[in-house]
Amino acid sequence: MFSRTSQIVIKEFIQLWRDKWGRFRLIVPPIVQLLLFGYAATFEVYHVSTAVLDLDHTQESRELVARFTSSNRLDIVQRAQTQDEIDGTIDRSDAAVGLVIHAGFANLLRKGQEAPLQVLVDGTNSNTALIALGYINTIAAQFSQDYVTDLAERTQGIQGMEQAQVQVALEQRPWFNPDFNGQWFFVPGVIATITLVMVVNLTAFAVVREREVGTLEQIMVSPIRPSEFILGKTVPFFVVGLGLAALVTIVGIVWFQIPFVGNPLVFIFGTMLYLLSLLALGLLISTVCSTQQQAFATNFFVLNPLFILSGFSFPISSMPDVLQWLTYVNPLRYYLIVIRGTFLKGIGVAILWPDLLAMAVIAGVLLTVSILRFRKSLE
Amino acid sequence: MRMRRLKAIAVKEFVQIWRDPRSLMIALLMPFTQMFLLGYGVTLDLKHIPVCTFDREASQNSQALLKHFQASQYFAIVRNVVTYPALVDAIDRADCKIAIVIPPDFSERLNDSGSAPVQAILDATDDNSANIAFGYALSVVSGYSGEVVLDALSRQGRELQQILPMTVQSRVWFNEDLESRNFIIPGVVAVIMALVGAQLTSLTISREWERGTMELLISTPVKPSELMIGKLLPYLAIGWIDAAFCLILAALWFQVPFRGTIFTLFITTTLFLIVVLGIGYLLSVLIRSQIGASQIALLVTMLPATLLSGYVFPIDQMPKVVQDITYLVYARYYVTIVKAIFLKGSDIPALATPILFLLVYAVAVMVLAARSFHKRLD
Repeated sequence: MFSRTSQIVIKEFIQLWRDKWGRFRLIVPPIVQLLLFGYAATFEVYHVSTAVLDLDHTQESRELVARFTSSNRLDIVQRAQTQDEIDGTIDRSDAAVGLVIHAGFANLLRKGQEAPLQVLVDGTNSNTALIALGYINTIAAQFSQDYVTDLAERTQGIQGMEQAQVQVALEQRPWFNPDFNGQWFFVPGVIATITLVMVVNLTAFAVVREREVGTLEQIMVSPIRPSEFILGKTVPFFVVGLGLAALVTIVGIVWFQIPFVGNPLVFIFGTMLYLLSLLALGLLISTVCSTQQQAFATNFFVLNPLFILSGFSFPISSMPDVLQWLTYVNPLRYYLIVIRGTFLKGIGVAILWPDLLAMAVIAGVLLTVSILRFRKSLE
Repeated sequence: MRMRRLKAIAVKEFVQIWRDPRSLMIALLMPFTQMFLLGYGVTLDLKHIPVCTFDREASQNSQALLKHFQASQYFAIVRNVVTYPALVDAIDRADCKIAIVIPPDFSERLNDSGSAPVQAILDATDDNSANIAFGYALSVVSGYSGEVVLDALSRQGRELQQILPMTVQSRVWFNEDLESRNFIIPGVVAVIMALVGAQLTSLTISREWERGTMELLISTPVKPSELMIGKLLPYLAIGWIDAAFCLILAALWFQVPFRGTIFTLFITTTLFLIVVLGIGYLLSVLIRSQIGASQIALLVTMLPATLLSGYVFPIDQMPKVVQDITYLVYARYYVTIVKAIFLKGSDIPALATPILFLLVYAVAVMVLAARSFHKRLD
């Protein structure tokens, strides 16, 4: 049995490594992707492009504008002169936020009446809009607070203000990622996703290509058994997948300086189980499809939902129940917990065992089904 | 270019598609499954964030504060721990995203100095969620603070007399309720169409090479440009059907406001389809093995269309170099276009820039694809 399997293994290795372009496609795109996406995937909003229209031209209004200008969260891209101008800027998406101080602003402030600051927000990206509104509210609240304090100091001394102070202060203690660095969260996710795409696609073609090109018939007449054949198909892709995962992980750690605080052995073990479940998925696709076009279409059909419904960037707990249930059969979901847990949290098998077990079960079930399917398709 | 030859190729390709009903089915089912999975799965709203509480005082005051967390729709208290290791464990297991720790001298400090600290321990692995969660926690706590202040004042027989000197009046344009669905769904449509397009044509030439039918094609008088257009036409038809499915679902099922015109949508969608189908065709001309073509097609479409198109991850927040690279991601233009047509009701002049980019892209891809195809067997 061993020699028959090893023949297939050797054949697959040769096929994978034979031509220069094949090797290039295996190594270069994943690294380029990691470097690109490590920077791209971020929800952080630092530079909100802002247009300002000050129709009041008073000391107070200039003071308020200065507050917004000095904030490193907002980039003032335009100082408009008319309302039309600022409307146009937002219409053309040149600015995401427009701040309008109407004439009479300072007058109202001095009289102790509510002085409005008008904020126009482009809501097309609601996430960015919400975050930007948060920044503006904070700056505005600070301005109000300072104005009141200032006024109180000038008129009645500090006494009167005591009661209005905030009573309970909430202190934040961010664990595992003290600077809220988005890359620490996304780069491990990108590593996992690139491995997903590469490994599933490679293995999905493994059997179906032989079928389409006609070499499967030659294999059928050889004495090899279905399980030996599947095993022979699995081993090379497992090795290649491991190499690929190692490559992107090392690039991720070295280039993006992502800390690795956990146990490397747990990480490697988890990665192996993950690769097995991906291989099993790929092989299953390969055994149920009869042409490479079908396998390819199925890949797109399956991979994109796996990627989106994994917790890569969209919190699973916010999804509708039905989709949450679906995520339980998604190996990426478990691997993300393992990879982020070992990279950032430093947790071990004691906590990760359900996720490791889940990947093992997925791999076992899918592998069995694909061997059965393959046997059936040979008959 | 001869119409007769072009038609012959188109008919042949159509018959080939028809004879592989499974691939066709997948192509036509794509919009439905992906729209539902992505439409509901892609969400940035945080609700019911799991909280763990560690009340070291267990007084009336501390419980009153925790009641505020219980009442908030943003939080769900999943566990009340009584020891610090239990709290660490809960965070390690990701059972909770945030832990609220109330110190043992909470009431004492509140009464004595008028201010007491409460700790929020955050699982910051997901920095964005952690930040948002902290923001919500902050507002819950300040709600409680306000109540304490009011209480103190009323006991002294005074009333709160404080008007904020300045108020922020915000008006949100284009997506008035800041529904994340409204901005995500048009993006989802664009991403799905990018995937469908690449999936349809990426293997169409490499298949002929691998199966050996290319020799037959080469021996016919068909010209490279005729072959290209003839091959792309049937897929353009499938692309239209898929796009129609996606857009109808977006407008009717997901209720994204549609403010533009069907005409603008049709023109831009056709242009985008020509680009994606053309790219697939080009890949398949350049890479003669199906596995190679599929690998590159997957890599250049799926992740870039999701991460670099600006459909959820804002492009203007990326580093400059990456921003420049996004100009190569054709999905970016279609994301901009679909969002603008749906939410802003933009017409063709308003969308001149992205349309121009797509046009340049389409021409470049077509010329390149027609040039790279040689009727030779080497």
